[in-house]
Amino acid sequence: MDWFVNALDYLLGVPVLGLGTEVGFVWKALLLLVTLLVFTAYVLLADRKIWAAVQIRRGPNVVGAFGLLQSFADLLKFVLKEPVIPAGADKAVFLLAPLVTVLLALSAWAVVPVAEGWALADINVGILYIFAISSLAVYGVIMGGWASNSKYPFLGALRSAAQMVSYEVSIGFVIITVLLCVGSLNLTHIVIAQQEMGLAHALGVPWLAFLNWFWLPLFPMFVIFFISALAETNRPPFDLPEAESELVAGFMVEYGSTPYMMFMLGEYVSIILMCALTTLLFLGGWSAPINLPPFTWIPDPVWFVLKLSLVFFMFAMVKAFVPRYRYDQLMRLGWKVFLPVSLAMVVIVAAVLQFTGWGWHGGMGA
Amino acid sequence: MTLPLFFFYLFSAVVIASALMVIASRNAVHSVLFLILAFVNAAGIFMLAGAEFLALILIVVYVGAVAVLFLFVVMMLDVDFGQLRRGMLQFMPVGALVGIVLLLELLMVAGASYLVPEAAGTGALPIDQTVDNTRALGLVLYTRYIYLFQASGLILLVAMIGAIVLTLRHKPGVKRQDIGKQVARDKQSGLEIVKVQSGKGL
Repeated sequence: MDWFVNALDYLLGVPVLGLGTEVGFVWKALLLLVTLLVFTAYVLLADRKIWAAVQIRRGPNVVGAFGLLQSFADLLKFVLKEPVIPAGADKAVFLLAPLVTVLLALSAWAVVPVAEGWALADINVGILYIFAISSLAVYGVIMGGWASNSKYPFLGALRSAAQMVSYEVSIGFVIITVLLCVGSLNLTHIVIAQQEMGLAHALGVPWLAFLNWFWLPLFPMFVIFFISALAETNRPPFDLPEAESELVAGFMVEYGSTPYMMFMLGEYVSIILMCALTTLLFLGGWSAPINLPPFTWIPDPVWFVLKLSLVFFMFAMVKAFVPRYRYDQLMRLGWKVFLPVSLAMVVIVAAVLQFTGWGWHGGMGA
Repeated sequence: MTLPLFFFYLFSAVVIASALMVIASRNAVHSVLFLILAFVNAAGIFMLAGAEFLALILIVVYVGAVAVLFLFVVMMLDVDFGQLRRGMLQFMPVGALVGIVLLLELLMVAGASYLVPEAAGTGALPIDQTVDNTRALGLVLYTRYIYLFQASGLILLVAMIGAIVLTLRHKPGVKRQDIGKQVARDKQSGLEIVKVQSGKGL
């Protein structure tokens, strides 16, 4: 029992939330996880509320004031229900699929900096890590669709496999253009580069910080990234893997109770991740839009969450008023429009940076 | 045991076990899933060795793209695995030969580094420790090995075009959507207003 007593001593020896120490890392991870899950619950509610408002409905408004506890009521409902596994299903893969979805979605958040130094792991290849993890997200869908051993889920899985791989290509090129401007794969460097150079500095009005951010010089890529993020996370108008009018619920047809909830959770966490990534790459991360007192009084993480929420609001509005794409149109948009445009932009941006000497050089050798 | 060592043995054990399961499992989809597990754990080993760029590229390229398409194909195959197994003895000699050649090569590499330790790394460029390995890789790949790098890109391009040419069939009579044409349509070309006399029809 020695090791147990030692471990307990070690745990109690540091103050709770002793951030910075090795044990503090565990606390930090837990804090991030809990914050993220609670935030996800409210993002889900916001999604439903915005959707309802566009359709002139009230949305969920019964549980708690204004329906604020609706997501938690749903959680209880899902957890207390009995999971049903179809007789013909491949049991192990069937149960593994929602786990894979939710674990991948959550693990990508380990490198997201909410403010300077506020990342769980500020690694040198942060953006590549997020790209790698989000490229694995397709497995949850494929495994779930295949293991259900039924027609609609299988069709949904086949659709998603092609869709998510296609849009990842253009997301990759968009990320490359940003990386060319920054010269570093570190997410913190990407944000700092947007603070230290840009149009506002060139015009001599450095307090107009929002002109510095990459959304302005890389505007076409900003639009492509936003649309590709919709497709990558299976959001409407690209929600073909789960199109309810043709595939009932796509790859999720056979899922109920907790496994279904985990699919939904994973989906929303990765949607928030895409919003966070848009914020980091194009909207200056945690920096205030105008570098003058009333704006700089608001702490950095608040700015990050505000920007993230703005991007999510756009996601929700798109869901509310854009009709679903047809599958061949989706493929055409991905391969024949986005891929050539983003590839051309990579070449153009690289040439401009090479011949003008613009770009951020602070991350060199880091 | 230190933590990195523990993770090294964990990753290697999982790689070996899942590689074994790739050939041992009865279901082809399970095989591919085990292959993916092996890839991810191999990436973990790269990560431990300090090659974080290679590790993540392995995941992006092999797990995120190649294995997805692989799984896509295997899922749609309707193969009777009992039938496939019956021919196993027939292919055994060729498979064994390939296995033995690979084993010999591995033994040669391992043996050489054991017998002549100073020979290891003579063919490689000295590693610049002052830059991270993404930048180091880029500096070598785009300067010293630029022609080889471009040539391998060209080969992949040719392979891709070849695959497209082999599978492309232009079926006559298939209706395709031409979005430019649709958008260019206006009221005059798309709509004809006919005054129909009542009781007569057209």
